[in-house]
Amino acid sequence: MKAKIRRRYLALKIDSEGKISQKELMDAIWDAVLRLYGEYGASKTSLALIEYDVEKNLAIIRVAHAEIENIRAAIATITEVAAKPAAVHILTVSGTIKKLRKKLELSMAFKP
Amino acid sequence: MKRRFADLHLQPNLSDVEQTRHMLAKATKLGYRLVALPLPTASVEAFAKKLRLICQEYRLDFASRLDLKPQTPRELLRQLRKFRRLVEVIAVVCKTKEVARQAAKDHRVDLLNFPATDSRRRFFDKAEAELASSSVAALEIDVKPLLMLKGPTRIRLLAALRKEVAIAKDYHVPIVISSGATNTLQMRKPLEMAALTTLFDLDKPTALDAVSKTPLTIFERNREKLNPNFVAPGIRIIRRGSDCP
Repeated sequence: MKAKIRRRYLALKIDSEGKISQKELMDAIWDAVLRLYGEYGASKTSLALIEYDVEKNLAIIRVAHAEIENIRAAIATITEVAAKPAAVHILTVSGTIKKLRKKLELSMAFKP
Repeated sequence: MKRRFADLHLQPNLSDVEQTRHMLAKATKLGYRLVALPLPTASVEAFAKKLRLICQEYRLDFASRLDLKPQTPRELLRQLRKFRRLVEVIAVVCKTKEVARQAAKDHRVDLLNFPATDSRRRFFDKAEAELASSSVAALEIDVKPLLMLKGPTRIRLLAALRKEVAIAKDYHVPIVISSGATNTLQMRKPLEMAALTTLFDLDKPTALDAVSKTPLTIFERNREKLNPNFVAPGIRIIRRGSDCP
């Protein structure tokens, strides 16, 4: 029997001076992954955008469970998005979208 | 127990109070509990006092730090004699091999820092590691160059770091991962800093220690030493003068 693919959902916060579109964000993430791990490495990440809130600068992406540390490193290397200085931080990680949303609400509620 | 994270190398423009405040607020938001900022040698105490107050507002512990950039070993010794008792963390930016060797064997040096862009000036080899392991100096790796450099320069830096980290592990030299950030967009969460170290093959437990346990140990050791009641490790004055029965 085929093993179930394990995935992780990541909530991202984009720090930038201007507004950033969904495409620009994903281009920046793909670019960072490709720079660090090449096309072979990128093909193993199963990276996909699930949701993006332009107003709040929040995004949810999905990645392969085994590649989580590589994706974390790649996302940390992002210094600009669409030629605008930016930084992308991982707010929380979860195995299901439902739990991710719950965690995200909690982390927002207790934000200092 | 929950880890406490530290960034021992935040580099805001200290004359710009607003920017300094922004960076300290960001550090709290990202989950740090201890930060160190390099102070100008001309007015160490004044800046330290001011920054300590600002850090309290943001619920951060502040460690005063000096970055020494001597040209010769003799100059390094002179600077260490002058400043060691004033600050909690002393880092030496090693520009020559002689300075690197002297810094590695001196017990007063906490951090060894090497220029990121010039791989020929990274003197952290086996001899350096052996000297550092017999003293207390740790190897400091700044994350900023990893973020800012692109292409072959970053590749060369990663290769050099991979070699240095392997040597440091062989000789049990502690490693400290710092941001080296000059603005808020260059600051990263502790877990992101730890993840970046996978690029030069540092294992996760060591990476996490490099952003928490190791810098905190350096800070606590030196804070104890700077206490006026400190005599030697484990010995301190508890009563003096008329307090003594």
